[in-house]
Amino acid sequence: MAVYLLKRLASLGLALIAASLVVFALIEVVPGDPARTMLGINATDAAVAALRDSLGLNQNIALRYLDWAGGMLRGDFGHSYSYRVPVAQLIGDRLWVSVPLAGYALALTVALALPVGLAAAALRGRAADYGLMSLTQLGIAVPNFWFAMLLVLVFAVKLPLFRSGGFAGWDAGLGAGLWSLTLPAVALALPQASILARVLRSALIETAGQDYIRTSRAKGLTARGALLRHGLRNALIPVLTIMGLQFSFLLAGAVIIEKVFFLPGLGMLLFQAITQRDLIVVESTVMLLVAAVILVNFLTDLAYAWVDPRLRRRGRA
Amino acid sequence: MSRARIPLPLWLGAPLVALALGMALLALVWTPHDPAALAIGEKLRAPDWTHPLGTDHLGRDVLSLLMAGARTSLAVALVAVGIGAGLGVPLGLWAAARRGTWIDDLLMRANDLIFAFPSLVIAILITAAFGPSALNAIIAIGIFNIPVFARVARGGALTIWSREFILVARLAGKGAARISVEHVLPNIASLLIVQATIQFSLGILAEAALSYVGLGAQPPTASWGRMLAEAQTLFYGYPRLAIVPGLAIVLTVLGLNLMGDGLRDHLDPRLRQRAVQ
Repeated sequence: MAVYLLKRLASLGLALIAASLVVFALIEVVPGDPARTMLGINATDAAVAALRDSLGLNQNIALRYLDWAGGMLRGDFGHSYSYRVPVAQLIGDRLWVSVPLAGYALALTVALALPVGLAAAALRGRAADYGLMSLTQLGIAVPNFWFAMLLVLVFAVKLPLFRSGGFAGWDAGLGAGLWSLTLPAVALALPQASILARVLRSALIETAGQDYIRTSRAKGLTARGALLRHGLRNALIPVLTIMGLQFSFLLAGAVIIEKVFFLPGLGMLLFQAITQRDLIVVESTVMLLVAAVILVNFLTDLAYAWVDPRLRRRGRA
Repeated sequence: MSRARIPLPLWLGAPLVALALGMALLALVWTPHDPAALAIGEKLRAPDWTHPLGTDHLGRDVLSLLMAGARTSLAVALVAVGIGAGLGVPLGLWAAARRGTWIDDLLMRANDLIFAFPSLVIAILITAAFGPSALNAIIAIGIFNIPVFARVARGGALTIWSREFILVARLAGKGAARISVEHVLPNIASLLIVQATIQFSLGILAEAALSYVGLGAQPPTASWGRMLAEAQTLFYGYPRLAIVPGLAIVLTVLGLNLMGDGLRDHLDPRLRQRAVQ
């Protein structure tokens, strides 16, 4: 396991470095002078020169990259030009919306996908199976931001159960906070639950043909009992991988949903920073999201190896 | 193969896709009204004979916008698939031809890296950095199609390379590049077509999302995502403004996904077992 871990850690480091280079380069190639872009067309040359200096734009590019990347490692994300506060503080505030939202959506995803996947696999080939799978086809095809708009129309406008947007804040209590994240979380969860249910169903069906299922049936377990006790556990491996990918997708994919619901999360910060041409905020927020995705994928890989010892051995070979 | 029954998903999906494609193609030459023509006096009209789907807040004909939007959405997704397949397939074939060497390793590691990126966030970054436009949306979506096609092409090609007829071709003195094009590519074509349908549908969703947040097609170019964005403030009073383009997206994506499933069954029955995903 130690060798496997070291190998995975090394590739994690490489992935993070490569990702930071890509993000840095993308901001770097923005046409025009970033300082002038940020200040707008009416800025005086002196103001532009002063900003260039404070942004370190007169330094050499390699130094600037090291400065930025090193700063991020120390938790220093730079200084926002438009908000005039450290970017780390801006991001920190937004994380309290985006991370709970992604977690909430993932919980809903699993809560929806598990029964659907299990039922479809248990009733394979019957009408109920086709019905459930047709529903998941539909779920995958629905753009989550459009589904979000429909949810608002039904559950906030026609039936005033939820707020149509905005965030109550955690100060208003856990319940109120979660309540205001419910519609966004449902909107995010529907397509993901559809994908997960399909993966779970096919993983379960695959395990159903395995010898150990036949053995457990021979030992007197019912088909459903064998599916739950042995099939589900083995089907969890592909399911876990997808879930890891989904969490990172939910974190990054939430940027659009946050816009629909006016939630003060990372996505909102990103779009506001883009409109205000606050490139430092854009750069750091994107890097943080990318790093989070890479990190979650890394943890998923570890969980995968922990659940399935065969992979550890393969990693060593 | 010609006598095999056409799978049900293909029957269901193909007409939906044909409808969307037909709308897009027709919009190249004709729309009932000019989709960009503003007529404030005609704004927010309910559907009638002159405007079968009504008009929007600027008096534009919704049906014409929908048709012009189909043109944009499908073109963006289709070109993005072209970029992905055009670059990804040769890379995948190359990696498979050089399997086990450092080239294969390097290509696949680079692939994994792009895979690990949150594509939507990077697409947002690209369109924000280079300016929002349909072209930049195509590039942003296309880049993330490259590793998908490379991986599928490599995976498929690896199994072909171990077959006897490849050995025969090598004995006949053909080089790796020629074998890849003449023998490997035709044998993995069905895999690639299925993947292309899936990426096409993902591309439509991505284009809609980018246009919805204002980073895709710009006015006056119509797009389904932009129609949704413009409907956002009005749709409590006029739900049809959001429901029409949304349904267009759902039906097209659904059609493509069903077609992908059906084609997979139709072209390669051996894959049927794995096709449940």
